Amino acid sequence: MILMGVADMINLIYEPFALDKINLTKYLFFTGKGGVGKTSTACAVAVNLADQGKKVLLVSTDPASNLQDVFHTELDGKGVAIDGVPELLVANLNPEEAARAYRESVIGPYRGKLPESVLINMEEQLSGSCTVEIAAFDQFSHFITDKAAASQYDHIIFDTAPTGHTLRMLQLPSAWSDFISESTHGASCLGQLAGLEEKKGMYKDAVSNLSDSTKTTLLLVSRPEKTPLLEAERSSIELRELGICNQLLLINGVLGEASDDVSQKILNKQRAAMENIPHGLKQLRTFSLPLRSYNILGLDKIRAFFQSDAYEKIASKIKAEEYLSIDTLIEDLHRTGKKVIFTMGKGGVGKTAMAAVLALALAEKGAKVHLTSTDPADHLRYIIAGKENITLSHIDEAQELQNYQDEVLRKARETMTDEDIAYIEEDLRSPCTQEIAIFRAFAEIVDKAENEVVVIDTAPTGHTLLLLDSTQSYHREVQRTKGETPISVQRLLPRLRDAQQTEVIIVTLPEATPVFEAARLRDDLLRAGIQNKWWVVNQCLSMTKTENPMLMARANTEKQWLEKVSEISSGNLVAIPWLQEASIENIRK
Amino acid sequence: MKKMEIFDPAMCCSTGVCGPSIDSELLRMATVINSLKEKDIFIKRHGLSGEPQDFVDNKVINDILQKEGADVLPVTLIDGEIAKTKEYPTNKELSAWLGVEVETKQPEKTGGCCCDSDGCC
Repeated sequence: MILMGVADMINLIYEPFALDKINLTKYLFFTGKGGVGKTSTACAVAVNLADQGKKVLLVSTDPASNLQDVFHTELDGKGVAIDGVPELLVANLNPEEAARAYRESVIGPYRGKLPESVLINMEEQLSGSCTVEIAAFDQFSHFITDKAAASQYDHIIFDTAPTGHTLRMLQLPSAWSDFISESTHGASCLGQLAGLEEKKGMYKDAVSNLSDSTKTTLLLVSRPEKTPLLEAERSSIELRELGICNQLLLINGVLGEASDDVSQKILNKQRAAMENIPHGLKQLRTFSLPLRSYNILGLDKIRAFFQSDAYEKIASKIKAEEYLSIDTLIEDLHRTGKKVIFTMGKGGVGKTAMAAVLALALAEKGAKVHLTSTDPADHLRYIIAGKENITLSHIDEAQELQNYQDEVLRKARETMTDEDIAYIEEDLRSPCTQEIAIFRAFAEIVDKAENEVVVIDTAPTGHTLLLLDSTQSYHREVQRTKGETPISVQRLLPRLRDAQQTEVIIVTLPEATPVFEAARLRDDLLRAGIQNKWWVVNQCLSMTKTENPMLMARANTEKQWLEKVSEISSGNLVAIPWLQEASIENIRK
Repeated sequence: MKKMEIFDPAMCCSTGVCGPSIDSELLRMATVINSLKEKDIFIKRHGLSGEPQDFVDNKVINDILQKEGADVLPVTLIDGEIAKTKEYPTNKELSAWLGVEVETKQPEKTGGCCCDSDGCC
């Protein structure tokens, strides 16, 4: 059998990425679904440019950034020099940290002047999702409009957040610009950011810099897989609509050669994904980046990423029985009678499939199950069709926002004249309204656990964190609000915190970034008082029978991450082999 | 002409639609204030989140806050004197104090928190 490398085929159409092939603008943005390698790529571009003597600033705005792990350096929001790369400065923006700093800057001056209860009241209101959004955007636009930074650095590289978050952030300037100029009453969520009007100019400049092709390049990072490609297409189109048209596509993780069954299957899968590349990506100039046998951590690996691969031929397989099987997890969930089950993790780790597997298995055992997906999940509808004891729903963010706006307007119409409705409509255009709307949908579904088991695959991590964070702050507010808070909202957090009822299963991959991110997610859950027992490590190459040296080298690197997860989870770890078709049926085999 | 000031508790926005629920009282106040402004009545609204300094500078407000804490908000002042605390003034009160007609539909009292999203109790 002749094994044709997909890399060769892909290279016929898409040239290998190299820095000298692209026109490097002042601002470079990396975007893509979590885990596709935007951090690695952004770091490699930054380090390589700095090595050429260019002055480079690398900025991360991802709430779950792992730049610290990549550089083995403690980072901050202002910029930290990296040992061994004299021309590079790395800044890690933490929007939640910035929101805290902002809160303190507002409240600090009044300590001692206003009573404690008043300060607490202020603090509570400044803990909402809009404060975090504003803080994140504020920092972000500072970097892209700062004249000193623009002259000091040849390139400012942004390693942005997962797609949804990135989009929201990038969409804010135009939304807010309109909002500010249209706001006739001067009362809105933005009102709390003192002097926002003064910053209007900066936000406007940020938008204009973003959409200026001579200044900004957007690098969409994807993998040669269906879901990340669709995600990239969505980002591409949405950003184009925002006027950000200077886009490139980087296909990361292209396997070079096949030498056995598993590697051939991976090649075939990649080839099929690239042959069916979404229409919206076809017009973009596209480059490929090879799959590497190592994780991109540390300077040596970052430097090598675009150049070469080197792996020792090691045969190290883990035996499937070393870790628990999915059936053990299912049995535990069933036996303990869990009512609310989440599968959590970054995008692309297989949360949706895992949620479906668990939901179907519990339904088979006779439990009445409701499965909810925040991803557009048409294939789930197909999978559960005709199955007993199971229902499905989808949290559609846009639809939830619409529903909430309609509800508010309906209530407003009970007491208001038509012309005053316009006033309310204005407040409904605020960025935090979306957060509220989704939060409420989420609460309503969890409330169904009164009568059935609810299984939810959550949105990507950054978003989930914000959602849960708002869950908590809203819960506090619920206790004193005068409004008609839905019962479901009042009941949500106590239920999430009740380990008897709720199980949060963290899904990750046996790689550095996904494990770090998942561990941070777990810490955040614990801070919110939500327990986590089970972890699922998906797509383990080390559990396949591959004899391809490249894949075996990769498989070998998995071992330490499986051990790490085993340690974090006190052995409550389910490992699932890499599957060509990670379908619901295959996962349980 | 009388001068009215309202000192709001900290809110995300003056209509409260970005809270966890919709507060009809806040919706009504936003509307009332708008219509009064159109009648050239001097109304100033102070938000705790946005303008905390006002809560320090106004002695009447600062005193009552020191004494009774944040729960006393919202506070309405007419010509600098406390007219109402803990709740927003009703349309009727506003008419009496300001000597003008206040026309908005007063929300019908609903059965507290138990209404479902369809609005039927």
